[in-house]
Amino acid sequence: MEQTEILAKVQDIFRDVLDNDDIVLTPQTTADDVEDWDSLSHIQLIVAIEKAFKIKFTSKEILSWSNVSEMLESISSKL
Amino acid sequence: MLRFCTASTNDMISFKELKQNLKKEHSSLPARKVALLGDVATQFLAVSLKGMGYERKYNIDLFEAEFNQVERQVMDPTSDLHEFGADYTIVFQSTHKLLEKYSHTSPLDQIGLADERLDFVRMMCNTVKGRIIYYNYPEIEDTVFGSYANKVESSFVFQLRKLNYELMKVAQENANFFICDIAGLQNKFGRNIGFNSHIYISTEMVLSLDILPYVASRTLDIICALEGKFKKCLILDLDNTTWGGIVGDDGWENIQVGHGLGIGKAFTEFQQWVKNLKNRGIIIAVCSKNDEDKARAPFEKNPEMVLKIEDIAVFVANWNNKADNIRFIQSILNIGFDSMVFLDDNPFERNIVRENVPEVTVPELPEDPGEYLEYLYSLNLFETASYSNADAERTAQYQVESKRVSLMQSFTNEADFLKSLNMVSEVKGFDSFNTVRVAQLSQRSNQFNLRTVRYTEAEVEALGNDAQYVNFSFTLADKFGDHGLICVIILKKLDASTLFVDTWFMSCRVLKRGMEDFTLSTIVNYAKEHGFKRVIGEYLPTAKNNMVADHFPKLGFSTIEGSEPLQFELVVDDHEDREFYIENK
Repeated sequence: MEQTEILAKVQDIFRDVLDNDDIVLTPQTTADDVEDWDSLSHIQLIVAIEKAFKIKFTSKEILSWSNVSEMLESISSKL
Repeated sequence: MLRFCTASTNDMISFKELKQNLKKEHSSLPARKVALLGDVATQFLAVSLKGMGYERKYNIDLFEAEFNQVERQVMDPTSDLHEFGADYTIVFQSTHKLLEKYSHTSPLDQIGLADERLDFVRMMCNTVKGRIIYYNYPEIEDTVFGSYANKVESSFVFQLRKLNYELMKVAQENANFFICDIAGLQNKFGRNIGFNSHIYISTEMVLSLDILPYVASRTLDIICALEGKFKKCLILDLDNTTWGGIVGDDGWENIQVGHGLGIGKAFTEFQQWVKNLKNRGIIIAVCSKNDEDKARAPFEKNPEMVLKIEDIAVFVANWNNKADNIRFIQSILNIGFDSMVFLDDNPFERNIVRENVPEVTVPELPEDPGEYLEYLYSLNLFETASYSNADAERTAQYQVESKRVSLMQSFTNEADFLKSLNMVSEVKGFDSFNTVRVAQLSQRSNQFNLRTVRYTEAEVEALGNDAQYVNFSFTLADKFGDHGLICVIILKKLDASTLFVDTWFMSCRVLKRGMEDFTLSTIVNYAKEHGFKRVIGEYLPTAKNNMVADHFPKLGFSTIEGSEPLQFELVVDDHEDREFYIENK
């Protein structure tokens, strides 16, 4: 799966979970850039991404990402 | 290996939807004060409880204690918890923290782990006002001893199971302590679904997003039951719901039920579940599109049937639409539609009922009858807040009522129907035999009650000995059964010629039987024999007794102009009895 494809899918998940269709993700996006992306909704996002891609992150990965790009790398490394 | 999304979890509302409910308008819903105490982080649980409250039409006014303050909040009489004054206090002490505590305890003392926790719980029952909903402990099998842990009292597994067992005893001993069985939820869905390690590692929350809606649902089940919202009646379709096959086509001897080969076992076990519900006191009704004799035949003749005709309180088999038939069942049982559950394998019938009687709960039964039970277990439809042996006798009462109604339908003329009932009433004053029942009915009658004056047992006894008063109690029996004491009259002698109707209440079970006319005739006869000329009645309106607003005028009393509260007068000599069909015993 191409990075852009993954990004699009992740963006859909963000819009769905955070209930906000205006969200636009780029690899550089961080939690500070997205309204409602806090430590709690982060967990919802993780669980939704795991289900959508049928993958499982490690606990360490979840705590380590500093932006969307690193999240995408974790996803693509498991596909 | 991922197993988040199984078929069995698909019906429950999702955590995301529960969270969205928080943005909706809650303020118009009745509020309940709920405190949540946890020894792990509870933010998601709080969201789920509020969101589920909205689903059940409650505005959950939630007090969420600071993380890990269960003991302090409970034991300190000046704590925020006690200040808040919750209707319900939810206490979630997790298995994780218990294991942590176990690990910090010296091996010699580990044997006392369960008892120590139980001491705290008992103390909590005495300190916390309102009701406590306590989450029991889903098991963590640490396998330190393997299965041998069952032989070792100081093992964590042994202590954990002991704790869950002893908690049930605490619940039996304390009327305000209720267990929310989340250990049962973990048994149903499995630890791999109930617990998500990275949610735990990153947030200290031990419940997964998939299990949270179930935990919230089971919690609200308890609150709703305590608030009086619970299911009383299960209505069953027959063909392919209660048994396999179509009885009209296959014949009563060929339907699939029983422990032979094939799918019959699924229906046998389904029927056993229904029978257990019936024995608990749930009313079972049948609503089937069938010829009645064909639908009854399996119950009467097929030896493999677990359910027998006497288990069914109301049996409706005809070709009318099921929404109308369910309305008919409701009219006999006289319970709310929201206390009824309807099970039918046919999606078309389910939708007709959902559209026309939306208050009825209509589960989306799986296609495969083999999955009915596990699916139904997951819904926890029949939560209750009480249980007594009397509950189990309800079916017989409703069967009698059902017979009466079907007899009535066979008469075109109401008088003929009433005559055919062979009604008999015993009329007498208050005595040691009926004092308890008179007082009980006085406390409970709300609708057919003219002045809603409540009398205790002692007061009823005093009235019986007071020459100022004349009292009548009425029983009613007919050919189908005995209703017992159903009506009470208390007359006050205002002067030598005037009687005042201080109390007139009647059980709504005997409406439309001519009981009012019979009662009035009794009053008038007494008045005539004792030289009274006038009977004065009075109506004091309440939120519930609108039914009798016109009671006295209907019986021929004239309104006393300008009276406040409204009074009515009957001149005894002018009164002529209306026809009734009740005999004096």
